[in-house]
Amino acid sequence: MPSRIKPPMGEDNGWWWEQAARDKLVIQRCASCEVLRHPPRPMCDGCRSLEWDFVEACGRGSLASFTVLHHPQVPGYEYPLAIGLVDLEEGTRIVTQLVDCERDDITIGMPLEALIHRDDDGFKLPVFRPARESEA
Amino acid sequence: MPSTLRNQAAIAGIGQTPYSKKSGVSELSLACQAVSAAIDDAGVRPDEVDGVVTYLLDSTDEVEVARAVGLGDLSFFSQVNYGGGAAIGLVHEAAMAVASGVARNVVVYRGMNGRSGQRMGAGVSGNIITSDVIHWSWYITYGMMTPASWVAMIAQRYMQEYGATSEHLAHIAIAQRNHALNNPNAAGYGKPLSMDDYMASRLVADPLRLYDCCQETDGGCAMLITSAERAKDLRHPPAEIRGVVQASPRGQEQMTSFYREELTSLPEMELAAKLVYEQSGLGPDDIDAACLYDAFTPEVLMQLESFGFCGKGEAKDFIDGGKALTVGGRLPNNTHGGLLSEAYLHGLNNVVEGVRLIRGSSCNQPEGVEHVLMSAAVGVPTSALILGKAGGP
Repeated sequence: MPSRIKPPMGEDNGWWWEQAARDKLVIQRCASCEVLRHPPRPMCDGCRSLEWDFVEACGRGSLASFTVLHHPQVPGYEYPLAIGLVDLEEGTRIVTQLVDCERDDITIGMPLEALIHRDDDGFKLPVFRPARESEA
Repeated sequence: MPSTLRNQAAIAGIGQTPYSKKSGVSELSLACQAVSAAIDDAGVRPDEVDGVVTYLLDSTDEVEVARAVGLGDLSFFSQVNYGGGAAIGLVHEAAMAVASGVARNVVVYRGMNGRSGQRMGAGVSGNIITSDVIHWSWYITYGMMTPASWVAMIAQRYMQEYGATSEHLAHIAIAQRNHALNNPNAAGYGKPLSMDDYMASRLVADPLRLYDCCQETDGGCAMLITSAERAKDLRHPPAEIRGVVQASPRGQEQMTSFYREELTSLPEMELAAKLVYEQSGLGPDDIDAACLYDAFTPEVLMQLESFGFCGKGEAKDFIDGGKALTVGGRLPNNTHGGLLSEAYLHGLNNVVEGVRLIRGSSCNQPEGVEHVLMSAAVGVPTSALILGKAGGP
């Protein structure tokens, strides 16, 4: 079975995927001014510090925009493929997959919650689903 | 302070190959044919050309073209980054070279087997880890690997915010297809597009349907840029460069500028508009026709706002069912059919049409065109250009 295209594991991004492999959605934080940033970068664009750590996201967010992909269909992915741009409660944004919902369920502004998806080959990545009513 | 490029240089020659889905020749051949045609169109000798500029994404190096076409001793050669954002970046490089005296006659080109060869959106992968590869990986890992998918993300939010609908997008696609019906070199020639055809077409990346997306093309096109003075002595009425700029605002990414506060406008085009109007001393009211970059229909709507033809969120009404963008309307746009219905030469064919509009030789020529506005790709570090008739303001 073909599997999804894997990210390169570079010094500036590999650590983020290692956290996903440990079932965590994390956000890079400047160690100097404590501003959060995503996608990760080696330098803080506010204070130019090269020191950083990360925090675990609470997993709650809302949908800033989305698309549902139909064509072309790339082996290793399932279509229609819903992709969301999510405003995390912590203030950063992330591009992710939307799961457990149909096209007509998706509306900009809807509350979402993160979970870690595991592919058949063991690769893990954070995805989002509609927030459960009890938690909304 | 505005730069001093205003009225220093002019586009004196244009050239293009036939546009097709399978050229049957190399990309080098396409580039050579287009450059050769542009030189002949201007009426200069190959050995007078001393500058060459192309896209970083072009597979053909400047010296390959120079050697094949028999160009002269080169004192200027350069490649511009960021895909279609380079479309006018080429003209910007050439204008700076001419204005500074670094070169006298500069050719710019794009030759691509964009359908039969490497297609856009085929994904990016490799073993060498660069910041560029990491950038794309945040999207490709999730399956978001085509230009349509990246543009759809911005279009969805814009359309919801301002109540723009698929019908509004269709009006743009249909207006430009109608232009292509008069252009024998266009992919859309002989292929009328109706609202029913549009609505029946398949979804590519919601909200984008097939007809919201540009062509994939094999072909080449090129231009020759020289000084405004020299251009007056050449074969055609010159298209003088009133203003030409590059623009990449804070927080810009390549295609995925999803992290700026504003998701319903195009900050790169707003910066391009500010700079090109400043440099030219012109404003939206001075623009008689346009070739706005149209890889995807929502980009046209959003740019009408960026360049000040209407207020934010008003483009869907400004286009007036498409009539405003056709000959006789407020802003005839992409009168050759554009990237949607003529060809996708990474935007350079739209600049070639801008020159025709100034010369008065478009296949859909509006009356009284003094100034034409052109833009390069949306969502990337980009560029913009205003051409004017010689002797004008």
